[in-house]
Amino acid sequence: MLTRLIQREGGSMEQEMGELRRYRTQSISRGEFALSDSFYFYRKGLESIVDDQVTQRFSSEELVSWNLLTRTNHNFHYISLRLTIIWGLGVIIRYCVLFPLRITLAIIGLSWLVIGTTLVGFLPKNRVKTWLSELVHLMCYRICARGLSATIQYHNKENKPQKGGICVANHTSPIDIVILANDGCYAMVGQCHGGLMGVIQRSMVRSCPHVWFERSEMRDRHAVTSRLRAHVAAKTNLPILIFPEGTCINNTSVMMFKKGSFEIGGTIYPVAIKYDPRFGDAFWNSAKYNMVSYLLRMMTSWAIVVNVWYLPPMTREEGEDAAQFANRVKSAIAHQGGLLDMAWDGSLKRDKVKEEFKEQQQKMYSSMVVGKKRRKSETFRKDNQDTVILE
Amino acid sequence: MGSRASTLLREEEIEEIKKETGFSHSQITRLYSRFTSLDKGENGTLSREDFQRIPELAINPLGDRIINAFFPEGLDREDQVNFRGFMRTLAHFRPIEDNEKNKDPTASEPLNSRTNKLLFAFRLYDLDRDDKISRDELLQVLRMMVGVNISDEQLGSIADRTIQEADQNGDNSISFNEFIKVLEKVDVEQKMSIRFLH
Repeated sequence: MLTRLIQREGGSMEQEMGELRRYRTQSISRGEFALSDSFYFYRKGLESIVDDQVTQRFSSEELVSWNLLTRTNHNFHYISLRLTIIWGLGVIIRYCVLFPLRITLAIIGLSWLVIGTTLVGFLPKNRVKTWLSELVHLMCYRICARGLSATIQYHNKENKPQKGGICVANHTSPIDIVILANDGCYAMVGQCHGGLMGVIQRSMVRSCPHVWFERSEMRDRHAVTSRLRAHVAAKTNLPILIFPEGTCINNTSVMMFKKGSFEIGGTIYPVAIKYDPRFGDAFWNSAKYNMVSYLLRMMTSWAIVVNVWYLPPMTREEGEDAAQFANRVKSAIAHQGGLLDMAWDGSLKRDKVKEEFKEQQQKMYSSMVVGKKRRKSETFRKDNQDTVILE
Repeated sequence: MGSRASTLLREEEIEEIKKETGFSHSQITRLYSRFTSLDKGENGTLSREDFQRIPELAINPLGDRIINAFFPEGLDREDQVNFRGFMRTLAHFRPIEDNEKNKDPTASEPLNSRTNKLLFAFRLYDLDRDDKISRDELLQVLRMMVGVNISDEQLGSIADRTIQEADQNGDNSISFNEFIKVLEKVDVEQKMSIRFLH
């Protein structure tokens, strides 16, 4: 990141404590407490106040050089007249030329989606219907993608998700759906909405099965899992599209994958999506902007440039539980997309962090106070959650 | 939108903060960005909740004590800290630069001197500000660091042993001078400093 304020140093808790206690005659294996032990926690605490790994993920990525959009310029000062003129021209082009064109396309795309799927819905269930449905969906998403001036490059198309599978991707914005659906047909999963979204949802489901849940159903995890399982089991259904992070992250890292999606069974097709931030900031900061203002911002950016990588399919291995499997898939996606692989939960955007992480640290420190004789009973868990957090 | 950072932080203020804390101009503006990003209420001050929203700080066993250090006035829930106060506290963790040691001898000691760093750490133990770390105060911090993993008796004997080691005048508590003496061999400069980038 450009504006890194500090350089974090220091090793693990053990290492640091060892160094702090070096002046004492007892070695750390004998345990005991030193007044300077607290320095370790103070420094870690203040480092996190100045620069922490998590809260920055919920706001837009900062750019190395300005791309003439005021929204990405956090430390605005006037530089030169020429730059301001260029910027002014940019504004005119984006708002007066590009925006009306894009809005028109978007309206055409969405209306055609509703009309087309409703028409297809009248046909009896046969091969023609499936083919037509896919055609309609693809057309509409392509028109919508044009409406956002999206330039998408797909890599490794041979790994494209197949019917009866589950497609899993990192989440940055609602546009992810448009991006992926440009190249294939997916069964969407989500809550039933009212209003315009509701109209679109209801017509879509007429032409091919999607999985829409009522709000009340969403809370019942078993009901959700069994419905998805039933969908996947019917091998002729389109692959389901799921975003296991559960919330939008700013495309610089991948946060914890919720294990629910990985308990359904079936083959997982991971997909990595990386937006090029120079052309437009695709991240939806739902705390700051609602959907409409977000879409307006999208349509007045320069363009949306995306890279999509299809990764080889993965299945759960013997002796691996859902959480470990989820982590494995997450690492693969992070690695391919050049994103930071983080163990922190995306729900930290809104919720508080769990007490257990503090307790983990307390436990670790206690073993240093009491001494090494206790060490055998505390095998450090293989869970990579420990090492990431205690860094 | 983008212009908040420089319009709300005037040049004179930056100069004053520079003199008081020793941070460079660019460090101050960047720390101001950080300050505003933490300030969810957008009123130019930070409350305790703003700090607690940082997950890495929330899981730090001494997190609450550290947050307290920013609010010297008391344990009032309504406390707010402005940017000056924020910087003043952060300044304690600036690394000690060599050329500073030769500066104006009449100027007051910089916030990040070894003594001031130790004073900062001392104050995190000495909650009631009576310039002594009592057995109870020590126990409190110990309890925060170990959680539920050590019994009261064991913790009590650890506290007693620590005080015994440090106490020289026999008042069963640790004064600031005794604190300095015990830690004289610790590399405070390195352990209580954060490497700020320019």
